[in-house]
Amino acid sequence: MWNETFNILVVDLFRRRVFGSESDLRRIVVCLKQAVDVSQLKVDPATRQLITASAPRKISDFDKNALEEAIKIKEKLGDTEICTVTMSSEEAKAVLREALAMGADKAYLISDASFKDVDTSGTAYVLAQAIKKIGECSLVLCGETSLDSFSGLVGSRLAELLGLPQMSSVRKVSLEGDVVTVERTLEDSIEIVRAKMPCLVSVTREINQPRIPSLMMIMKASKKEIVTWTAADLGVEKDKLRSKIEILEVLAPKTERKKIRITGESVQEVADKLAKALIQEGVVGR
Amino acid sequence: MDGENGMSEGKGVWVFSDVYDLTLEMLGKGRELADKLQTDLSAIMIGSTVQEKANELLKYGADKVYLVENPALVSVQIEPYLSVLSNLVANYKPEIMLIGSTKNGKPLAARLASRLEVGCVPDCTRLNIDEQGRLVGERITYGGNAVARIALKMKPQIATVPARAFEKPQPKEHNGQLVKLDVKADMPKTEIVETKPLETSSVKIEDAEVIVSCGRGLKKKEDKILLDELSVVLHGQVGSSRPLAEDRKWFNEWVGLSGHKVRPKLYIACGISGVIQHVAGIRDSKVIVAINKDEQAPIFEAADYGVVGDLYQILPALKEAIKKQLQ
Repeated sequence: MWNETFNILVVDLFRRRVFGSESDLRRIVVCLKQAVDVSQLKVDPATRQLITASAPRKISDFDKNALEEAIKIKEKLGDTEICTVTMSSEEAKAVLREALAMGADKAYLISDASFKDVDTSGTAYVLAQAIKKIGECSLVLCGETSLDSFSGLVGSRLAELLGLPQMSSVRKVSLEGDVVTVERTLEDSIEIVRAKMPCLVSVTREINQPRIPSLMMIMKASKKEIVTWTAADLGVEKDKLRSKIEILEVLAPKTERKKIRITGESVQEVADKLAKALIQEGVVGR
Repeated sequence: MDGENGMSEGKGVWVFSDVYDLTLEMLGKGRELADKLQTDLSAIMIGSTVQEKANELLKYGADKVYLVENPALVSVQIEPYLSVLSNLVANYKPEIMLIGSTKNGKPLAARLASRLEVGCVPDCTRLNIDEQGRLVGERITYGGNAVARIALKMKPQIATVPARAFEKPQPKEHNGQLVKLDVKADMPKTEIVETKPLETSSVKIEDAEVIVSCGRGLKKKEDKILLDELSVVLHGQVGSSRPLAEDRKWFNEWVGLSGHKVRPKLYIACGISGVIQHVAGIRDSKVIVAINKDEQAPIFEAADYGVVGDLYQILPALKEAIKKQLQ
């Protein structure tokens, strides 16, 4: 308990020195996932199992958009500290290096053997603990969903755990004073919504085109420190890591299509055969 | 409601969506699940003036409709809606909650799961009850490369359901009961400044029974007329793959996992190579036709009928052939 209080005090003092006063502080936390690059994923045709172990990994696309947006905010308004957090194994350091090269100021790797089988609820809980430890922040930015699991739950769970106002499906963000205004894309409409900071915003890929870091930035980033925190550092309660779902199987979908090739001497013949087949299927004409 | 013995508590299947048609679709599936579990099916209706709609739900298989009407609930916002839903769950303890996977519904489901410390399986395209009486959801994952089957370990078992994953049931007389509730709603922490229509086509591609869709095989935007002409004959609509929309900007929206998931009677893919993300978005179509110059294109593996050839020749010929044979 004392340790925690002490930490908060130190962070606070540090902040005051760096940013002058509390009100100047704008810290943005961006949550990054090291995702399987699904475009390079292979399937074992015999078992329909995915070969994920050897599949290349990268920053989940949507999260990269979130980071790009944070950098844009910093470029426009100044006085911003961008902290990136990722919860993964040691190999995710590559993801954080890339984030630093793009323009993040700080990188935190949250890594612990006990995180191995956590679901979205455990992930959100650990991220929430990390964000609390990083200290007061104005904005938490997340990707709307992740490239590989495509669940889109962590951002919302995080907002709930941190008790933050939440704005999702966001394709435009602007900050003014202590208010964030966003444009959300809903099914049939665009919603302009605003909230007081601190709040959590999850972004779609529409929002921007993430930059590719220059060689200079990559070199500079290689010297920056990546802070590693374990479950113990974050005071994680083991109970909260228990999975609330059971994954029964993950298999490549069966293709149950007829795969009939329609051939013929002429385009006319092919078209006639196809038309006939479609009429027989009962999907053409009423 | 949590802990190891969490599965013993809770009764009844609930459905909730901020989109009316999706509520109906979930009632269809919900009825099936409730019958398997020999329990009741209930729908939740939340809004400012929604009593008429709530009454209508009774015709679609709901044994009960819980109605919460309050002027403050006119538009969907997290805090008020979440407080109402968690209040209802605490009072009535359902065992299953199906929530419409809309842009507003999904965060609501995730936050409700978080608040109740239970699991949530998002975007289920199939739902079943296993031998242990647990809800099992199937969802597309890894960018369309896989289907995951996931069971929920705690009650309420929350799953979200995308639009058109399940058939809308036929309305019929059913002995159900409307229960009006007065539930206090929390104040929203966000403020809606303005709502304006989205700049998309007025007709929804998900509603089309026939879709003629084009990909990078289409050379010029103007050539879209070939698809338009065929789709008129088929009473269908024209769609596109992601590159034509996102990269070339010829369309405002696209078919695929990251765009619109569709399940028409007939899907004709013209000049679409068939990357896994596209195929995942059309996999529930009844009949799929592929027309592509490249006989190695993966779309042929996902199609019922394949034609190796030039769409510029095939499409006009197919249009004429269908017209002629339908006469």
